[in-house]
Order: sequence, then C-alpha cells, then structure tokens
Amino acid sequence: MGNTTSIAINQVSKKFGHGKNLVLALDDVSVEIEENEFFTLLGPSGCGKTTLLRLIAGFEHPSSGHIQLHGEEISHLPPFKRPVNTVFQSYALFPHMTVAENIGFGLTMQDKPTGEIADTINKMLQLVQMEDLRDRRTDQISGGQQQRVALARALAPRPRVLLLDEPLSALDYKLRKGMQIELKRLQHETGITFIFVTHDQEEALTMSDRVAVMNNGRILQVGSPHQIYNHPAERFVADFIGDTNFLTAELLECGEGESLLKLPSGKTVRSGQPEAAVNGTVHIAIRPEQASLTDDLIDADLQGKISNVVYSGSDTQYHIDLPDSEEFVVRMQNRGTLNVNWQAGQKIGVNIESGAVQILRN
Amino acid sequence: MNKMRRTNTFSVRKLPGFPAIAILCFAMLYAPIVVLVGYSFNAGSSLALWEGFSWHWYYAAWQNDQVQTAALLSVVVAVQASLYSTILATMAALGTTRTRPYRGQTAIYTMINQPLMVPEIVTAVALLICFAVIKQATDYRGLIYLVLAHTAFCIPFAYLPIRARLEDMDKSLETAAADLYATPWRCFKKVTLPLMWPGILAGAMLAFVISLDDVVITEFVKAPGQDTLPTYMLGQIRRAVTPEMNAISTALLAVSIIMVSLMFILSRKKSRE
Ligand SMILES: Nc1ncnc2c1ncn2[C@@H]1O[C@H](COP(=O)(O)OP(=O)(O)OP(=O)(O)O)[C@@H](O)[C@H]1O
Ligand SMILES: [Mg+2]
Repeated sequence: MGNTTSIAINQVSKKFGHGKNLVLALDDVSVEIEENEFFTLLGPSGCGKTTLLRLIAGFEHPSSGHIQLHGEEISHLPPFKRPVNTVFQSYALFPHMTVAENIGFGLTMQDKPTGEIADTINKMLQLVQMEDLRDRRTDQISGGQQQRVALARALAPRPRVLLLDEPLSALDYKLRKGMQIELKRLQHETGITFIFVTHDQEEALTMSDRVAVMNNGRILQVGSPHQIYNHPAERFVADFIGDTNFLTAELLECGEGESLLKLPSGKTVRSGQPEAAVNGTVHIAIRPEQASLTDDLIDADLQGKISNVVYSGSDTQYHIDLPDSEEFVVRMQNRGTLNVNWQAGQKIGVNIESGAVQILRN
Repeated sequence: MNKMRRTNTFSVRKLPGFPAIAILCFAMLYAPIVVLVGYSFNAGSSLALWEGFSWHWYYAAWQNDQVQTAALLSVVVAVQASLYSTILATMAALGTTRTRPYRGQTAIYTMINQPLMVPEIVTAVALLICFAVIKQATDYRGLIYLVLAHTAFCIPFAYLPIRARLEDMDKSLETAAADLYATPWRCFKKVTLPLMWPGILAGAMLAFVISLDDVVITEFVKAPGQDTLPTYMLGQIRRAVTPEMNAISTALLAVSIIMVSLMFILSRKKSRE
C-alpha cells in the first residue's frame, strides 16, 4: 500500500432542497483515502454513502468544502473530466451495445486509437472471464455477468479511482461471495484505489483495508477492520458492527495507554486509554465472545442469572440478567460437551478477557 | 398476491349485460367500415346494391387526375408536417424530461398538448385569420401555410410517444456515459438518441397519419386548388357519391393500418429492451 493521498475530502457538506424540505445528506465530512487502498464506506440506509460517491464522481457538487485528487482540486470539474469511474448499483449498461462495445465505451470517448481500444477490451474480457460473451447484448446475460461487464467497463479506461456503489447487493449469497474475492483480486492486480459502498458489515470487514463508518451524514470512525471491530470509538459503531454488550462503569484512573474501571458489580477491570477525554461515569462495550462464564461467583467480574440459552451450532449464546437489569450476552464456542451443563435460571459469574473492555465516546 | 387483488377488485366484466353491450359497441364501430370496404369492390355504381366483385373503382380512382393530384399533395404535406413536428416534438420532449425540474414545467407540458384539447374548429378559424393577415402583408401564397398548420397540430401527437420513451429510459445510462468521459453532446449522440429512436419513429408515424387524415383545418387553411385527399373527397361527396369514394377511403385506411402496425411493432421492440 502506498502512502500518497489519492482522494482528499475536506469539510464537505451537501444539502438537498431548501426550507422545510432541507436534507443535510453530508455534514462536514473530512477523510483522506490513500492510493491503492480498498476503502469502504459502511453505514445504514440513508446515511449519505451514495451522496459522497456522487460528489467524488462529479454527478453532484458539494454545498461547501473541497474534494482533491492527488492534491488537485476537482470539485468544480464535470464528471467527464475526472479520472474517476463508477460501477453503478443498477449496473447501467448500455442496452443498445454489445458487451465489448460497453467495455470500450470509455476509451472511445477518450478518443484512444482503435488498436489500443481493441487490445484493452480483450484484456478486460479476459480479466473478468467473459471472452465468450463479447458479442452478446447486455440484456441477454445474467445478473452476475452484467455485474462483471459493469466492472470491466469502469476499469477499462484505467481510472485513478474506482467507485463502487453496493455492486454486490443484487447478487445471491454464493455469487456475492465469489465476487467479493474477485473484486479483491482485481483491486490487487490493477493497483487502482477502490472506494466501495456497502451496508453489509461482514462484507466491509472481510474486503477492506480501511473502513469508514457513517451515520446521519457524518463519518463516525475511520480505521482498519480490526480497529473498527475491536476498538469502536462510539456506541453507534460498536452497535452497528457485530454484537456488543453495553455497560456503564466508573473511571477510577486514566494513565498512559491504560485506565482502571469499576464495574457495576464493584469489581475493577483494566482497559486501554479512552479515545476522547472522559471522566466519571463512562459507557463501555464488551464483545460477547470476549467474555466467558464461570461457576466461581465470588471472583467473577460480573454476576447474574442465565435467562436464556441459544444454541447455534459452533457456539452457544448465554443471555444473562445482571442485577441492575441490563442484559449481557456471552458467546462461547462449543467444544465437545464442556459447557452444556449451564442452564437457564442458574446463577452464574462472567469473566471479561483482558483487553476486551472498550471505552466509548458517548 | 396479484391474483388475490384481481379477484377482490370490482370487475366490469361481471356486470349483467356486459358481453352484449361490448359486442354492440364493436359492431357500431366496425360494421360501417366493413360495409365501406365491401362496397369498394362493388362492380356496379350503387352504394346499396351489390352487383358482384370488381377492382373497377380502384382502377377508376387511380386513373383520376384529380385524385392523383390530391393524393400527392396529401403525401407532400404529411411528410413535411411529420418531419418538422417530430423535430420540434423531440426538442420539446428533451426539454421537459432531460433538465432539472424547473418552475412552470407543468404549464409547458399543458401548452404543448393544448391542440389536443382546443376544439379543432377554433384552431382552424384562428389559423385562417392569422394566415389571412400574413398573406395580405407578404402576398405570398404557397403550400407553406398548409404545412405550417399541419406541423402545429401534429406536434402533440409526435410529442407523446417520444416523451413516454424518454421517461421510460433509465437516467443512470446518461450518468454512466458522462462518467465514462462522454461530453454532453457525445452522450446525447451515442446514448440518448439511439435509445429514444423508436419513440421518434413512432411519433413521426403518428404525426404522418394524423396529417394525412385532417379535414377541418385543411379545409379552412388551403388556398383554392390545394386539395388534399380528404378535402377532395369532401368536395366530391357533396355532389355525387360513387364507390370510387369507398375505394379511396379503403386505400387511406390501409395506409393508416400499416402505419399503426409499424408503430405497434416499434413500441413492442421498446418494451423488450
Ligand atoms: N437528490 C436528492 N434530493 C433530496 N434528497 C436526497 C437526494 N439524494 C439523496 N437525498 C437524501 O440524502 C440522504 C442520503 O442519501 P444517500 O442516497 O446518500 O444514502 P445512502 O447512504 O446511499 O443510502 P442507501 O444505503 O439506502 O443507498 C437521504 O436522506 C436521502 O433521502
Ligand atoms: Mg445508496
């Protein structure tokens, strides 16, 4: 991965409509995306992912703020002058052209020599394994094949940045898994910066170099999948990605890279340094798989009563009622018959793994 | 789901007497046409008495100089009117669908379709007066007035299929073309125009048929000697009615049916895309 900035979004806001119908689709968004990066925008429906992509592509213009590509301001350029291509969610293949003509469209519009266009079309057909279908019309191929043509069409002019708006959402599970791998391979082979939009957290975690979690037109956190999952900065991020238990705790000490917290049970646990300055009562998040059950009630970090046991093949989830009425979920892997003896109604202790406690900003 | 809804909704087909009324309506519509076409092959000169099959009246119409002149004029006017009205309607359709929403869009839409709502006789009188003024001022009396009048009332007919086609068209295709380095003009040439082409052809054919068929406005606007086939027929029928009229009518009907069928095929092609 290079360290030069590909796309820099600087304090960009986007408003739609006015007066009563005003929508703030993007609210002061700033982010830098590096060259050759697989960067994912993740967030719930309506959070502004498509709007951000459309601003980068040039289909919309920011209400305020700047967008730079390799240090050059591009926010005033029309889409056909930006070395940025898009794979549309609906594919938007030209129905009056063949597969090959679709792929060559961008190069034709750039007035590339005919020989070069033909070469690139062949290379692209090979890349997406569609050589046999080159002369088909695009309404005579399957959804997965259309998806690949859309990808090849956007890659053919070798853009600096490729934008992908939920390109896999229309595909069935199996095809989607296959395309995820193929996309990663293509990104690796072409060395183009990919900005990928999804609302599927699993897809985001498995494919990305970095993920930006968005909500309500704002970017809440940017980080590697590992950082986002293990060190969520906000309640929304922790909640949106994976299952999480939320507790409140007392911040006793806050030192260099470490802090000491008092749990509602009175026990103390250690945690990393909080991301933002906090004191007094703080919200913390603990992943269900980073806690375990114990019969030793005295030394356990938390005590409660099992309210429900959910068996799901490879692991079992124990729902535990804590004394102050919050529910806590513990997920334990099923190994042999080791932990089948815990049952609903039973009093139980919960141990929290070291490093599992994450202090949230809010 | 669909099926359920269908059984629950009000169905006019279940009303008592529906089949009888439907058959009666179709009979009223088509029986006169069947009679007209039938008697165009009558060997005798009566419109009511069948005297055997013959192509005689078609031959007579074909040989009639006046019919030839009128038919030629009809075609000349219809070709020009459909060409001009289609070009204007195409621009109007682009202007009303391919721009950001603007104020007064509905008003413009209504104005384009105005000739469909204003009584034809009113338009005819208005054109007559207007052209009279121009003729007075310029002293020019050519076919141009007839062509202009036909162009004007053909515009909404050409406009409707083109607009429908444009509205059906996925706008993300044009966005994709712009994303792939097509300037607005090349995007129009390479994507918008080829995709709206069936709509344009359908609009042109509809305009052609409408122009070919017009009586009222033509009758008011035409200069002496500028008879189209329908106005020639109107003039003839005032005098003597022979099966020659049936033959000409049947020929006109055939042309219309061919045009409408072509239009139907084109719009079928559109929905398959
Ligand atoms: N052209 C527009 N006019 C008005 N509001 C718009 C427009 N485009 C987007 N919005 C609004 O901006 C917000 C963000 O929309 P956007 O399409 O970016 O969401 P998204 O994150 O892509 O959602 P999804 O996952 O459903 O695609 C939404 O509230 C949407 O209603
Ligand atoms: Mg979207």
